[in-house]
Amino acid sequence: MISATDVSKRYGAVQALQEVSLDLHPGEVVALVGDNGAGKSTLVKVISGVITPDSGGVAIDGERARIGNPHDAQRLGISTVYQDLALCENLDVVANLYLGAERRRWSLLSHIRMERSARDLLASLDVRIRDIRVPVAMLSGGQRQSVAIARALIGEPRLVILDEPTAALGVEQTAQVLDLIRRLRERGLAVLLISHNLADVRAVSDRVVVLRLGRNAGEFRTADATQESIVAAITGAAA
Amino acid sequence: MNASTLTRKPYTPKEAVDRLRHGDLGAWPVVGGLIAIAVVFGSLNEHFLSPENLTNLALQMAATGTISLGIIMVLLLGEIDLSAGSVSGLCAVVMAILSVRHGWNPVLAIVVALAAGALIGLLHGIMFTRLRMPSFVVTLAGLIGWQGLLLYLLGEGGIVNLPFDGFVAKLSDTWLPPWLAWVIIVLLVAVSGGSSLLTRRLRLAAELPVPPAWWTATKIGGLAVVLVAVLLVMSADRGVPLLLVIFGTLVVAFDLVLRHTVFGRWMYAVGGNVEAARRAGIGVTRIRVLAFVLSSTLAAFGGILSASRLSAVNQGSGGSDILLMAIAAAVIGGTSLFGGRGRTYAALLGILVIQSITNGMFLLSVDSSVRYMVTAAVLALAVAIDSLARRGSAT
Ligand SMILES: Nc1ncnc2c1ncn2[C@@H]1O[C@H](COP(=O)(O)OP(=O)(O)OP(=O)(O)O)[C@@H](O)[C@H]1O
Ligand SMILES: [Mg+2]
Repeated sequence: MISATDVSKRYGAVQALQEVSLDLHPGEVVALVGDNGAGKSTLVKVISGVITPDSGGVAIDGERARIGNPHDAQRLGISTVYQDLALCENLDVVANLYLGAERRRWSLLSHIRMERSARDLLASLDVRIRDIRVPVAMLSGGQRQSVAIARALIGEPRLVILDEPTAALGVEQTAQVLDLIRRLRERGLAVLLISHNLADVRAVSDRVVVLRLGRNAGEFRTADATQESIVAAITGAAA
Repeated sequence: MNASTLTRKPYTPKEAVDRLRHGDLGAWPVVGGLIAIAVVFGSLNEHFLSPENLTNLALQMAATGTISLGIIMVLLLGEIDLSAGSVSGLCAVVMAILSVRHGWNPVLAIVVALAAGALIGLLHGIMFTRLRMPSFVVTLAGLIGWQGLLLYLLGEGGIVNLPFDGFVAKLSDTWLPPWLAWVIIVLLVAVSGGSSLLTRRLRLAAELPVPPAWWTATKIGGLAVVLVAVLLVMSADRGVPLLLVIFGTLVVAFDLVLRHTVFGRWMYAVGGNVEAARRAGIGVTRIRVLAFVLSSTLAAFGGILSASRLSAVNQGSGGSDILLMAIAAAVIGGTSLFGGRGRTYAALLGILVIQSITNGMFLLSVDSSVRYMVTAAVLALAVAIDSLARRGSAT
């Protein structure tokens, strides 16, 4: 289990986070929702090592983890898919999946080993790409998002954080990506999903955590919660 | 799974058009251009396609082609090196002064000149990455400054002649004996064919798709035909020049490095998306510095080859249109100015286009004014294709 406890972060006059806590369990999709400026991205940045909190911190299986930079987070099994995907459009799918983590012998790329495991990985996630050796520039938005998510799995992480993975996608491609998120859960990964789209959240998450003005403002089991109660927690209206 | 289901399916017409729109034309426009050039000049002047002239062509393109190869290294990152011409001249002068005026062993003088090139590239790279100066400005300063140093080193005389029978001059006046040329060709075809077959085996064993067997066979056969044709043409004259072998080796070696090593993969990654490369933990600064080092070192080597052909260095070494032709060759050959796209064969194909135009126009005794305008038109066409391809891939 990965948990953030009593995390606070202040930017000048803005208290971006105040004693926020969040638990993430294996095999569970947690949706993090909240209005603009609620502190979602800030919390994610703390967990993925991009910023250090003023107080509070992250614990892994109950043990306090030292996360000073994104590399520490990756080493501890925390993998983040940023909204701007960060793919190299000129490289093919295999090259993108292994970017910076190329399988090699001495300095020589192990093309076949990488392509074999890339295909296995994509197949296990049911990601369909006709020719994985064409430049990523030629893929659809949904396929690119799928590649970015698959890439987060290369280092065998235990937690995958997805920042607005469906924001730029059409209906069909959104459905593809939501399927992919379900498959991450089936693999026993903890998934943290940031989204503004409550329909997506209700479709795919197990638990919804609401932030409001930098504080915890409610937590629901998705199956039990009504749309109205979640919206009320987000806006701060009395439920 | 059986082998036939593993074969990659051919593209539907729609997908093929899509690939074209995305700039996946590969080398075909250039090859087409070369054929057009051969037909046009060949019909206008019967001497153009003669073995003697084609051999001269090979000799003429090695030096600028090597400089162009260096330019490709920085173009792949989406940067530019305007200093390559000056650096080539300067390093050739360093080599000439050490070996002629100071009587150094020529090989040692060449090594020192290459090291000087590497050092210059290191300086450019550091100014670019640490001081965050645009590469355009860094290398523009280099263009002027290294030219100045060249003039300073040459001093009053302004010219250093290399002995005609010395090692350096011999570089461009050595011809492979026919048996050696044949052995090299057989080895090249055997190695490339063997590695294709091996890759095919390994891919099938790993249940990965392979191109159809006839395609692999055609490629290897095509390589053999081209190499044998070159050999036969050159044997009808003086033989295969060592200069061509040196240039060809560099092109092939750098292509292998770029496509099969981690360093090469990272070059393309940095050229494609710096931010993605950085987040993936790639040492972007190191890659950038290395690209400038490679560019200047290859420029230095090109300068030495050029000095070898001339058997001298003078105040014009590395000057006039060498830089522009080297950049134009890289772009005409298909290297993208926007980074991340291109192969080293662009240097070979591009310089072949430019040098054939130059050579053909010379044979027709056309004024060099016309030659410049034609070269410019070809360059503009190549850049237009590149820009369209980029627009296509951005959508
Ligand atoms: N680098 C920063 N410097 C100053 N203030 C910041 C910085 N980053 C975030 N903030 C502030 O912290 C608060 C929380 O921001 P955060 O980006 O975490 O919100 P969010 O929930 O992700 O919003 P959105 O839905 O718009 O992405 C906001 O008021 C924001 O202005
Ligand atoms: Mg945000």
